[in-house]
Amino acid sequence: MNVSIPTPLRSYTAGQGEVLADGTSLEEMLVTLDRQYPGIRFRIITEQDTIRPHIRIFVNGEQAQHLAAPVRPDDHIHIVCALSGG
Amino acid sequence: MPRSRKATSPQPATGSVALLIGTRKGAFILRGDRTRRTWKLSAPMFLGQIVHHLVLDPRNRRTILLAARTGHLGPTVFRSTDFGKTWKEATKPPAFLKVPEGQQGRVVDHVFWLTPGHMSQPGTWYAGTSPQGLFHSNDGGVTWRPFSYINDDPRYREWMGTVQDGTPDGPKLHSILVDPCNPGHLYFAMSGGGVHESVDGGRTWETIVQGLEVVEGFDAATITFHDPHCVRLCPSNPDRLYQQNHCGIYRMDRSEGRWIRIGKNMPKNVGDIGFPMVLHPCDSDSAWVFPMDGSTVWPRVSPGGKPAAYVTRNGGKTWARQDKGFPRMNAWWTVKRQAMTADAHKPVGLYLGTTSGEVWASRTEGSTWVCIARHLPEIYSVEVAELGR
Repeated sequence: MNVSIPTPLRSYTAGQGEVLADGTSLEEMLVTLDRQYPGIRFRIITEQDTIRPHIRIFVNGEQAQHLAAPVRPDDHIHIVCALSGG
Repeated sequence: MPRSRKATSPQPATGSVALLIGTRKGAFILRGDRTRRTWKLSAPMFLGQIVHHLVLDPRNRRTILLAARTGHLGPTVFRSTDFGKTWKEATKPPAFLKVPEGQQGRVVDHVFWLTPGHMSQPGTWYAGTSPQGLFHSNDGGVTWRPFSYINDDPRYREWMGTVQDGTPDGPKLHSILVDPCNPGHLYFAMSGGGVHESVDGGRTWETIVQGLEVVEGFDAATITFHDPHCVRLCPSNPDRLYQQNHCGIYRMDRSEGRWIRIGKNMPKNVGDIGFPMVLHPCDSDSAWVFPMDGSTVWPRVSPGGKPAAYVTRNGGKTWARQDKGFPRMNAWWTVKRQAMTADAHKPVGLYLGTTSGEVWASRTEGSTWVCIARHLPEIYSVEVAELGR
């Protein structure tokens, strides 16, 4: 599936704004993403497996609330950095 | 602990000095020459990231560890082995243990404090976080794990309180100190949550708050109410500690086992509230503080808008004002607890960074000050990197 990477995380993806990842859930997708781009998962997911404040993950435009959310190969994932102030 | 030990006598440094500056918008290195008269500012590193602390490894004088996060992204540690030219991220940054489903686990918001381990333990580092957590690396900062038992100990968790009990940017674990004579002798402090000491490498800890005051009306026997802002151990006498606390300036000689409020000897119109505590590298009777206004709503700025350091040369019996070179008025500075430090030269160089982005230096142990950098972002920390002896 395609995953859109926001600019604050592109230091992990060698500047790429769009990358490919696999998995049947958001959690699996993030594991494969982290395997390709080590360190990226911990910047957006806490050690308690929750999505960090100011980070939002959308699956085909619908906001995902937890990592167990299912995903399919033709889905489009958007990782978004919400407003966090100056 | 306590037992008296022969004090070490470090030789003054003679090489050039660099300042490692952490700010709310990135990190900078300010390089001085051997005379400490001219300074050159680096380009920003990690521009836009919140850098609470960056510290040189004194065991090799090349490796720097840097604690970073951004407004959006989680906390991490970066590591440079070429004095800041290139950086690699920790593969396993400090993180609390994951709790079972249904329980409320803690999440590291930011890494606040970094301390290199003992000189005999290359690769060992300690980190303090917000909310309060103590972490350890034994591979030079590449991987981190919780250190000791305190992060999940019910008694310590009670003393740590909640986010609501902490400082505005979150409660901190800080002032991780390693006895230069004994790698197993450690201290740390928590805002709030007191000062703690281990003599067995972190297997057990004792709380050392005897003599410390807490906010009026509260019980000093309750560890949660103790708010040490910055604790330092004398490099030349590891049995002596100094502390800038929420409730004053203190000194402890470990043989006495009790904190003495030496801030009572400060001028009454200035008081003894502040954040940094800076010690002389070779003289355990000499120390500096940078007082702030702790009245009414705690403005946390230089009293009266007139910045000054205060120095004691006799272990806190008397204090002298040092403001030559600073603005005479209308300078409402705040200097955070990690943003004032000393080098190891003779005479000792002092350095401080303000939240308004200026760095000031004294080559003369505080008798005169000059501004050596300005227009930086809000300064969180200033650390000396001695580039040669």
